Amino acid sequence: MGDVAGAVAEAGAEAYPRIVATLIRVTGDWTLAEDCAQEALATALERWPRDGVPANPGGWLMTAARNRAVDVLRRASVERRKLRELARLTDPEPASPEAEGDVVDDRLRLIFTCCHPALALEARVALTLRTVAGVPTADIARAFLVTESTMTRRITRAKTKIATAGIPYQVPTGPALVERLPGVLAVLYLLFTRGYDADGEPAFAAEAIRLARLLDRLMPDQPEVAALLALFLLHESRRAARRDADGNLLALDVQDRSRWDHAAIAEGRSLLDRAGDGQYALQARIALCHATAPTAADTDWPAIAGRYDQLVRLRPTPVILLNRAVAHGFAYGPTAGLRLLAEARAGGALDRYPPALTAEAEFTARTGNPVRAAALFRAAAALVQSAAERRALLKRADDLTAGGP
Amino acid sequence: MKYLMFVCTDAAPDTDPTAAPDIEEWVAERDGKGQRVLGSVLGPASAATTVRVRDGELLLTDGPFAETKEVIVGFDLLECADLDEAIEVARAHPMAYSGRLELRPLVDLA
Repeated sequence: MGDVAGAVAEAGAEAYPRIVATLIRVTGDWTLAEDCAQEALATALERWPRDGVPANPGGWLMTAARNRAVDVLRRASVERRKLRELARLTDPEPASPEAEGDVVDDRLRLIFTCCHPALALEARVALTLRTVAGVPTADIARAFLVTESTMTRRITRAKTKIATAGIPYQVPTGPALVERLPGVLAVLYLLFTRGYDADGEPAFAAEAIRLARLLDRLMPDQPEVAALLALFLLHESRRAARRDADGNLLALDVQDRSRWDHAAIAEGRSLLDRAGDGQYALQARIALCHATAPTAADTDWPAIAGRYDQLVRLRPTPVILLNRAVAHGFAYGPTAGLRLLAEARAGGALDRYPPALTAEAEFTARTGNPVRAAALFRAAAALVQSAAERRALLKRADDLTAGGP
Repeated sequence: MKYLMFVCTDAAPDTDPTAAPDIEEWVAERDGKGQRVLGSVLGPASAATTVRVRDGELLLTDGPFAETKEVIVGFDLLECADLDEAIEVARAHPMAYSGRLELRPLVDLA
């Protein structure tokens, strides 16, 4: 029984976006497509334990969903042309690679439509999770700290806008693709960070990886897609080692590196061969420097500092400027770090960002100014959300001042 | 689909005024492709009259209905396959650089 449920989940994960994407193209009805895909999964859970898992689970699910759509539309006396087109979807698992092309395009169409820049960013993320990944609305709502009815409205509004504003169900081509792909990748990136943050929903990180893999398979000639997947894998490789027994987050230098996922690291590294040198590739190469250092002391900080110098030229955001300052501090000493840190903080955007204060405290301590460093650790402690983090920062402050005059 | 494109001013125009395309060329090209059904420059906001009926009574107000720094200075009715095509038409308009354009689909009640 458990095995059958597992088989449904596995077949569903692969088939769901394909089914939804194809039914949307043929019927133009997003809700119908999702309902039919969900019902096909429910039917499988009911029948497969009794009849056995079919030889072609994905094809079985597609047929079940299509039959359901035909039923619903027939009852709604929809135009004949649509029904005929639906009925033609008889061969759900096309044998030839040329036929595969059509199905693949449907999934890409769906992703690009969900991530259309005419939709608000938060709506893009929610719609992608709901429609492409099939995540229940209640789970999405919880992760975004809104009520389920608010999230339902947000997703419904997005679908309505797609229909009424005439957002096309297509993958842009030529220069438009170059313009639109970063927006799609930004949605996946946000999805991943939502799943990787301290209090994030781990399943979202897994979904982001799955979608990035799909995108990479569908667009193998786009270096930033491979780069983003590499970046995700290299971060995710540390998940098991990121927390201590009490569930508190551990900094990179105190993690047990034997618990890192070395298969994921190897995959990330090989993806970087065709990842170019865009912003995600640079971030992934930084992550790779950490991932391949045998111990924290072996970290190649000058290499990381160099990557940050490149990254700052592409994206001079306050957080990237901060990370660059930290890398330079480790590579070339605390004075170099403090100098770049002052540059990063010049705009004031990092004034209430604890990692900026912690970094300044750390480098200040190393320049031999424990009193000022302790004050900075206490200021950072006052800003962090997690109690465990606050305790750790206050202890650092106390340790610095304990040995004092 | 038909889109009504509102042409508005903006308090923060593009810093490179030479980048904006020529309006005559834009009109000629879009008319030629059948993407522009009609369009016009509008009189100033000071010439606007806002009309309401409340409790059966006609209320007239001098000026536009929203008091903002940005005003609608013109409009174009576009005929495009979808929003992506309408966006391409809008981005080629000079006021995309010195102002802003709002694309609103026309609702087909038929």
